[in-house]
Parts: sequence; structure tokens; C-alpha cells
Amino acid sequence: MKPFAYARAATVEEAAGLYAAHPGARYLGGGTNLVDLMKLGVEEPAALVDVSRLPLDTVDELPDGSVRVGATVRNSDLAAHPTVRDRYPALSQALLAGASGQLRNAATTGGNLLQRTRCPYFQDTDKPCNKRVPGSGCAARDGAHRDHAVLGHSPQCIATHPSDLAVALAALDARVELYGAGGARTVPAAEFHRLPGDRPEQDTEIRPGELITGVVLPAAPAGLPSLYRKARDRASYAFALASVAAVLGVEGGVVRHVGIAFGALAHRPWRARRAERALLGAAPTTAAFERAADLELAAAEPLRDNAYKVRLARNLAVDALERLAHGSPRTGN
Amino acid sequence: MDSMGSRNDSAGADDGAGRPGNGRGAAPGEPPDPAGGTGPAGRSAARHGTSRPPGRHHSEVTLRVNGTPRTLTVDHRSVLLDVLRERLDLVGAKKGCDHGQCGSCTVLVDGRRVNSCLLPAVALDGCDITTVEGLADGGAPHPLQQAFLDRDAFQCGYCTPGQLCSAVGAVAEAEAGHPSLVTDPGAPSGRPVPLGPDEIRERLSGNLCRCGAYPNIVRAVEDVIR
Amino acid sequence: MADTGTALGAPAERREGRDKVTGSARYAAEQNIPGRVHAWPVAAGITRGTIRAIDTGTALALPGVLAVLTHDDAPRLAPADDPTLAVLQDRRVPHHGWFVALVVAETLEEARAGAAAVRVEYDVEEHDVTLTEDHPGAYTPEQANGGNPAHREQGHPEEAFATADVRVDARYRIPPLHNHPMEPHAATAHRSGGRLLVHDSSQGATTVRATLASLFRLPEDDITVVSEHVGGGFGSKGTPRPHVVLAVMAALRTGRPVTVALPRRLLPDAVGHRAPTLHRFRLGAAADGTLVSSLHEVTTHTSRIKEFVEQAAVPSRIMYAAPHRLTTHRVVPLDVPSPSWMRAPGEAPGMYALESAMDELAVATGLDPVELRIVNEPDTDPDSGKPFSSRHLIECLREGARRFGWAQRDPRPRSRTEGPLLVGTGVASATYPVMVSPARASAHALPDGRFAVRINATDIGTGARTVLAQIAADALGVPLDRVRAEVGSSDLPPAPLAGGSSGTASWGWAVHEACTRLAALLAAHTGPLPDGGLRAHADTAGSADAGSDWARHAFGAHFAEVTVDTVSGEVRVRRLLGVYAAGRILNARTARSQFIGAMTMGLGMALTEGSTMDAASGDFVESDLASYHVPVHADVPDIEAHWIDEDDPHLNPMGSKGIGEIGIVGTAAAIGNAVHHAAGVRYRELPLTPDRVLEGLAGPL
Repeated sequence: MKPFAYARAATVEEAAGLYAAHPGARYLGGGTNLVDLMKLGVEEPAALVDVSRLPLDTVDELPDGSVRVGATVRNSDLAAHPTVRDRYPALSQALLAGASGQLRNAATTGGNLLQRTRCPYFQDTDKPCNKRVPGSGCAARDGAHRDHAVLGHSPQCIATHPSDLAVALAALDARVELYGAGGARTVPAAEFHRLPGDRPEQDTEIRPGELITGVVLPAAPAGLPSLYRKARDRASYAFALASVAAVLGVEGGVVRHVGIAFGALAHRPWRARRAERALLGAAPTTAAFERAADLELAAAEPLRDNAYKVRLARNLAVDALERLAHGSPRTGN
Repeated sequence: MDSMGSRNDSAGADDGAGRPGNGRGAAPGEPPDPAGGTGPAGRSAARHGTSRPPGRHHSEVTLRVNGTPRTLTVDHRSVLLDVLRERLDLVGAKKGCDHGQCGSCTVLVDGRRVNSCLLPAVALDGCDITTVEGLADGGAPHPLQQAFLDRDAFQCGYCTPGQLCSAVGAVAEAEAGHPSLVTDPGAPSGRPVPLGPDEIRERLSGNLCRCGAYPNIVRAVEDVIR
Repeated sequence: MADTGTALGAPAERREGRDKVTGSARYAAEQNIPGRVHAWPVAAGITRGTIRAIDTGTALALPGVLAVLTHDDAPRLAPADDPTLAVLQDRRVPHHGWFVALVVAETLEEARAGAAAVRVEYDVEEHDVTLTEDHPGAYTPEQANGGNPAHREQGHPEEAFATADVRVDARYRIPPLHNHPMEPHAATAHRSGGRLLVHDSSQGATTVRATLASLFRLPEDDITVVSEHVGGGFGSKGTPRPHVVLAVMAALRTGRPVTVALPRRLLPDAVGHRAPTLHRFRLGAAADGTLVSSLHEVTTHTSRIKEFVEQAAVPSRIMYAAPHRLTTHRVVPLDVPSPSWMRAPGEAPGMYALESAMDELAVATGLDPVELRIVNEPDTDPDSGKPFSSRHLIECLREGARRFGWAQRDPRPRSRTEGPLLVGTGVASATYPVMVSPARASAHALPDGRFAVRINATDIGTGARTVLAQIAADALGVPLDRVRAEVGSSDLPPAPLAGGSSGTASWGWAVHEACTRLAALLAAHTGPLPDGGLRAHADTAGSADAGSDWARHAFGAHFAEVTVDTVSGEVRVRRLLGVYAAGRILNARTARSQFIGAMTMGLGMALTEGSTMDAASGDFVESDLASYHVPVHADVPDIEAHWIDEDDPHLNPMGSKGIGEIGIVGTAAAIGNAVHHAAGVRYRELPLTPDRVLEGLAGPL
């Protein structure tokens, strides 16, 4: 780890100013991934702008029924927040399915979305990786890629995004609030992360110097049954092999609202728009859920060793939708 | 706001400035570095903790560690774990992985359990730190420490300080109404969550134990919350 | 045997417990000696080749960096018996992760930055790191580990198998596994006043001292190696490791006390791994389940610098009676890191294969798996023909079955479901050989009525201090609280390592003998003790290592209940129960913890732990604790461990067998057999992760 300068920002504007004034700066939130990557030599910031104490640490209900989550709200506090638990259970469950109690106490809402892939080749500076060093190659494609993408990958990169939170936000139609030199703007959570294409070094749509200031949860899915289901190699404290966040509103025997997003299948949370379109207006039957999942996953292009993810994702999605349709939202086994 | 650098920022200050010979460090037996730490537990650190004056890459911070304020100049790269172990000679918090993957370094910061290996100390100025050394109340062990002894809840002991701090934090979280992944989604928000074995297991899953003392640890935690 | 008193077998609390729960127990990297500095190794990022050039200038120019050691200028070592210790001696890079430089700096941060700044250029060579059964480089060595012959054959196993009524022919695969003790390997070395003091995270400081003396050409008497508290080892600290050599090199070079604490990610390449094993198992039986032929063929890998042959077929030599038998090992030298010891080497992988094959035979014959094992119980050791000193496998199986509720089991696979979950139960036998080595010990009666025993035993978490005090108190016939046991320093009487489930037997024998002699001295003494007290010494060379006419092994049985989630492919263990016959249990409390702990590691072997050799880089893909999945709390149910009172006069003065490893033996098979019972699918490659499980569930039943 190279020496770096440090400054703590008191306001969002100040943070952006400090960042602009220091080439090679990074924002520091909870640090749970950034410090990890700095120790690995993957990140080598010249300066850290500490945004962890910005006054963005509240969860507020807005007049239009939406809920605004500040970027520095810690993952554990967000998961425990009564409004979130009661109205957006998938969000609470996604947070609780991620990492550990200790990490959730440190990790921030904004930082969680900006965490980098856990691809082992990305994390090892001795190995080729187009995301870390553009043009150096992808060691994962012919290497160990059981954990890697089956949807939307590119010849340059097959990494997945590791966030659980982001998957729930995508399914819930949340929006990400950003602040930077160009002022404030918002981006749909489902489009905040990118597909790798030929620029895998770019994880998200964030612009240089922009800061996540918050996340807005819309009113529409509030209070609808929702859940997050994650499959992994051990019972806790492991990244997903595949996961699904789903919200389902049924009225008069037909689906009136549906949001489905997959985790660990792609370079971003995979919003299952095709599946959703197939379900809207349809009866919430197992057959319909299966058809919808198959429709979505038909686009999958599994690699040598990760075809299981397609079946796993299908199973998780169908199971999640059935639970939501039948009112048994427990997620574990 | 703090300026980029630190309180005593001197423009363009060299990290090695003020140190003897070519920036290659102090000789053994050199007198204590006054910036190496203050306070009663700083004996060893004050003797050989290598600290630089505040500068572009070093800053002065004050941490309240187990009730005692400790002011010291830290390398910005220093994480809390290394400051505790290398500067303050508080070696109870363990380095098992240095990457937030094992929980051995768990301490309480402002009452919340965190992985001290991932927290830059410079970002913790003014924070309250409790390590395993600070759990006991005077001479008597913390009830959980006693329960670990009673239940043989460890073997090699290396994960133990982290398990203890994590369990103290986890019990407080449950009391404050924080759910876990195995909490019934129908349970009322904001109310204390009762901790059965499955809840304890899920909540302590951020603390690896390779000796496999898990069942005994769960019993020890149950003893204390009963 | 001396007066047995009440100390032996008592559930005495571990004596260092308070230090461990208060954080005051210091481990090897926690020796804050004044002036102490830190060193950080640089590991090769290539698989095979030679160093062309190393640029240390950038690193040396960094603040705080004191020295960079490379093969150009590191202290020259005497030839090493263990080639993995010959670090920084030449340009050769035999595998990924080989240490090529060491940066010494004032602080950890500076040492890490220095290591990152070292630039190494290599001449890279072609490499091969992929183990296959038909690898052209495979050969049958003279011996597998532990001095076991690599190949044993009795009767006509091929012919007998071909004509057997019932045949099982199955192949099992176990991936590389990593020990990953929670304390990474670390040493603090300090040269002062002509003496070398080393704190090492080791399972045996006596060997570390002898090795350092040899490598650095120093008199043993000038070296002290302390291993007071050790954060687990599980075999990976059983022999001296490169970190301690590096620490001494750096201390000699800089004149400062130096700590080397290996970063977790460097452990898989640097401190050994359980080698992958490919098993072919053939069992031929009569229709009533009686074995007629047993063939266990193992293929494994080793590195180019060291022949290390995981003795995985060895347990098949003693478990079951069969007139025709074959056990054989083949090894393939590859450009991989050197494999080494991991808890129950040989037995853990071997018994996974054997006990899975026995379960397949039970299904094929329609016999209950417990009864099948009982049917094939041998009268004597089938390999050596020696009688067993004690063998209570049948009792373990029966007692386990009773406690587990085995009789209620519906033997039909996939007969029990709970919603999306398939539920099943399985059983497997366990065994571990009785080993013991000579040791020396002293016993000291103090004038104030207290006693001290001294021996360089190592407490890696087993509770050695506690149980040795119990053995001493028992032999002396005095209350336990009057006896102190000093362990963990090479200044104490020399003793073998904590490994091979032999520590307590080896150390305890010497302690027992010293205390028995001391008791005789005391009995002959009249009046108050002299100021210096009375001392007695013991050396068990010649007795502890004498041959035995008995086949000496511990046995056990494991029972598991699992659920298989048909949606996610996730397997969870609901119940895990072990029953052991391991001689006399010397401390019920710490013994139970060891049994439970080893079963937990077996659970990991079954379900979560697996490492992958990356063909392109020769590196283990799962090199950290986020990707190599050690079981967490949530994976582990309330495990039960029980034992059978076993009185065996052919062991040692305590009547004990080793207990540290048998808990991992067969556990993975019991879990795998339970998965078969639950799902009706036979998985033959570990670990049983959701990808494999789902694939199996999708296939034809």
C-alpha cells in the first residue's frame, strides 16, 4: 500500500471539492472493500476523502410515499430500520444475507453499491485481468470460473457484481442519487451497474468524482410481498452463487406488480424484464413462473463450469415467486 | 474540516523528515518517541512504535481505548488492528486474515462490533474503542469470558477475543431489535429479538473458528443471555 | 501403573484459559521486543522458472525500509533436509508462491509497501500442474508417508473381484485442502548477546531449534525456540516452515528483532496443503455382504522438490477382513507447491473413499450399513496379522446407532421429505493409528509442597498443559492444583511435536515416568526437602519407540443427518454424532472439544472446503478465507461426541490413544452417505457444493 493523503469531508460539496483537488483520490465510506483492495495493491489511491461522516445517515419518508436512504446509513441499520423491514422486506433480507454482522456495521449504503467484483483474478495483481489492467486479458475465461457470469458477459470480462443490496434495489425500482461536478442526478438502480462490454474497468455509470448521496425507494412496491433468496457454498458469510430478489403484487387473481432481479449471474444485478413482462396480467401459477424464468434465462451463455447457475437461478426465482404468491416469505432452509 | 494532510500539515513534508540517517529508521535503544503514544498502556509502543510527525501521510488522532484517551500520530495506511497491536501493545485483537474474512480482529467501535483490520485508524478520530482487554470490569471477567471458560468454548484461543467481542456486540444488536437473516420476517420491527441457537449461529457467522469450538461458543452465549 | 488418584480423566479446565479469554496470551507475532521490526515476503507470481533479475532499489528507497533480502545476498544456509526451507538460496522458482525476496522495515505498513515495490524478472518455463489418473509422470514410490509401503497385495484381488457375487467399482475425488489455522504462520527472531531467541508458531519447538541450528550452522545450545501459545496448526505447523527461516535471516541481517507473519493469502502455497487424491475403489462381496476382495488405488500429486505421498490407501489395510486385498499409491510430481500434513493425513481422504464404497456395497447387497461393517469385522489386523491391542469398532457402531436412533431409519433412498428438503442419514467408521515417540521430562518437588513438570510439549489448543499436569498429579498421587506443567520452550527437556495424535501419549509417558521416579525419591526421603527440592528425570527412548506385537489403532463411528435443498442444492448437516474407542480419555472436557472440532473439520471437508489448482498460474484459486470456505457457526449443528471406556494395557502408562484426528476420519463419508440416502444420488467428488448437488439432482435417479 502506497502512502496516501487523508481528509474528512463535512459536507457533500466539500467532499466533491476535495476529490477534485486531489488527482487519484478515492472516497472512503466503510472501507470494507476499498481497504481490502488497497492491501492487495488493486487500489492505489493517492488520497482518501473520508465521506463516512457526511450527514447522510438517515432514512426518511418523503411526501410522495417513497423512502430516501442516505448514502452513509450502515448496512446493519438499514436492514433493521422498521420502515425498510415492514415495507421492503427484500431489501432488509438482502442486506442480512450479505457479509457478516461486523461488516454490515461498517459498510455503507453507497459503498456497498461501489464494491468491486470478487473474481480471484481481479484480486491478484500477478494475474491478467482486463478489469484491473485493461488489455491484459481475462484469466478467468479459461480458468476457474464456477462463480462467474452466465448473462451479459463479454470476451473481455466474465466477472459478477457481488452486492446483495444492489439486487434488491434493482427489483424494487430504486434510484441512486449522485452528486458531482455537474450537480445532482439520479440513475435507476437497475442501470447503475454496467455490463462489461469492452470497458470492463468501468463497473458503474458513475462519473469521475461523483459521489453516491443516497438511494430512493419508490412508493409503488412498498408493502407488497417481497423477498430475497440466496444460494451459497456455506450457510452464512459467503458470496452468492446465485440470488434473486422479487416483489409481487397480485390483485384479482392476476399479477399487477412484479419486480425480479438476479444476483451473481452478471456484471450487474440482472433485472428480469422479460420475465416480468410475461407475468404482468397473468395468473400467478407455478407454470407461469417457470415460463417466465425460462424466458429470461434463455439469454444465458454459460461457460465451461457454471451452467449450474442457470438451473439454480431458475429454481430460486420460481421458488421465490411461489412463496410470494402463497404468502410464506421465509427464505432460509 | 481537516485539511488534506493533517493538523500540522507542512506543505511537501517528507515522510522521512526528522528521522536519523537516510530515512532508514531508528537504531535499537533509541530514546522513546514522544509521539509514539501516550497513556498508561503505551509503554511498549512509546519505546519502539515507529511514528512520524504529522504530515501529508500521517495524522494525529485521539482514540478512547478501553476508557483511556490515546493520542498518537498514525500512518494513514495503519488500520485500527495494527495500531492496537503494534502501537498500543493491545494484542488481544488478532490478525487472522487482515481482509475482513475471519473476524479474529473484531472489536467494538462506539459500541458496535467491527473488523478492526479494515478500518483506517485516521478515520476513527474521537471514537470509543473496546477490545477484549477492556471487556472485564476491573478484576472480574466479563460474564461471557467466564462462560467461555465454563463451556470450554475455545481451543487454540486465537479466534477467541474476536468471538467474545462479536458476541457482546451481537447480543446488544438483538436487544436493540436488529434482525438477522434467520429472524422471522413477521417478527415485530424494533422489538428485541430473542436469541435461540440458530440466531446465535447466524449472528456469529462472521467469526471463524478452525478448532471447531462452535457448539461450545453457542452454549456460552446462551448461558449469558439466559 | 501408579496410584490413579482422581486427576486423570477429570474434566479439568484448561490452565491458559483465562489468558486466552482476556487477550493476554501472546502468540509468536505478538512479542513486542524493543526495537522489533517487521518483514514481509515477496512470493513468486510465476509457476516455474528462474529469477533473471530483482530490482530492490525502489523498495530500499522507501521510508522505513531497512533491508531487502534476495538470493543474491541472503545468508547462505547449510543444505536443508526439507527442500521447502531452502529459501533465498538460488534463482530457481519451483512453484507459484515460492519466496523470492524479503523486505524488512520499521513498520508493517512500510514492509508491505516495500514488498509491493520489489520488481522481479523471470525466465519462465513451461509448467504442468494438472493431476490426472493417467498422467504419464505417475509412478509407484517405495513408500507412502509415515514409512508405509506404497503397495501391498494379498491373495488374488483382481480375480477375486471379477468373480464376486456383488461388485462395487467407484472413483472418488478429493480436492486439495488447506489447513488454515486461525493464526497465520509467524515467527519473531532476535539475535542478542550471541544467542538466538525465536518465538515460532509451531507444533514442535524442539525440531525447529534443531533445524535452525543445522541451517544456520549454530550450536543448538545457543538457540531458544519458544512456542508458548499457538493458534492452531492441524499439521501445517508440524515441521519448521519457511517463515521462521526468513525471520532468522532478517534478524541476522539487520541486528534487530524481526517478526515475519505470513499474509493469509500466501499460506496455501507456502505451508503445505492436503494433496488432492483420486481414488478407485473396488469391493467384491458374497451375497451376504462378506467381503472377498478389496482394491484401493490412490493417485496423488507432489511437488518437484519433495516427494510427499498422502498415504490414503493405508487405512484400508486394517479396517475390514477380506482374503484378497490390494492397496497402492501412485504419485505424480508436478509444478505445484509442496503438499504436506493436514489433520489425519491418509486416514481422512482414504476413509472417505473406503466408507463411501462400503455404503455403496450396503445398497448393492441390501444390508444395513452398520451391519455390513460388523459382518466384515476382522479377528486380527488383516495386513500384519497381529492381534489388535484393543478394537471396539462394533461397540462404537452399536452405541452410535442406539444414540442416533438408527433403528428408526427407513433404508430406502429419498424416502423422507420436508417440503423442498430431502432428509437422509448416513454412517461411517473411523480409525486412526496409535503412534508414540520418545521424550524427556523432568519432575521437581518443591519445598513448599508444590510440583513442577517440565517438557517441551506444545499446546496448539489441545490443552497439553492441563492434561500433562493431570498425568503428573496422578502419578505423584497429589492434588492437581499443586502441579504446574511448563511447556512450549526448547530450553525445556526435548520432546516431539504435537502431531499424529501422539503428543499426549509421548509427553505423558515421559512425564509419568519422571513423576513415578520422583514419587519414589519422595517416599525414600525423610524430613523436610532441601532448599532446591528434589528432581527426577525421564527419557523414554527405548521404551516409547520399542516395537509392539500388537496392532494399535483407535476406532470410531460417525452418524450424520442432512437435508438437501432441491431448490438451491444446498446441503446442511442437522445432526452429527461420533462415538469413539480411543483408550482411556484423560480429560473429558478437552477431549470432547477435540472430537467436536475434528468432526467440524470433517463437515467442512464434506460440504464447503475445496481448493482448485489454476492450470494457467499454478496457484490455488481459493487462496483466502472468503473463497476457501471454512465452516462458519451457521454450518455447524450441536455436534455430539461420546466414547466407550476402553482398557488397553498395550499402549502407554496412561492407557491412552490419540484423539486429535480421528474425529475428521469418516465424517465426510457419513455426510456423503446421508446425502445419498436423502437424495438417492451418489456423489463421489467433494465438496458437496450446490453446483454439484443440483447437477446430480437433475440427472437420472
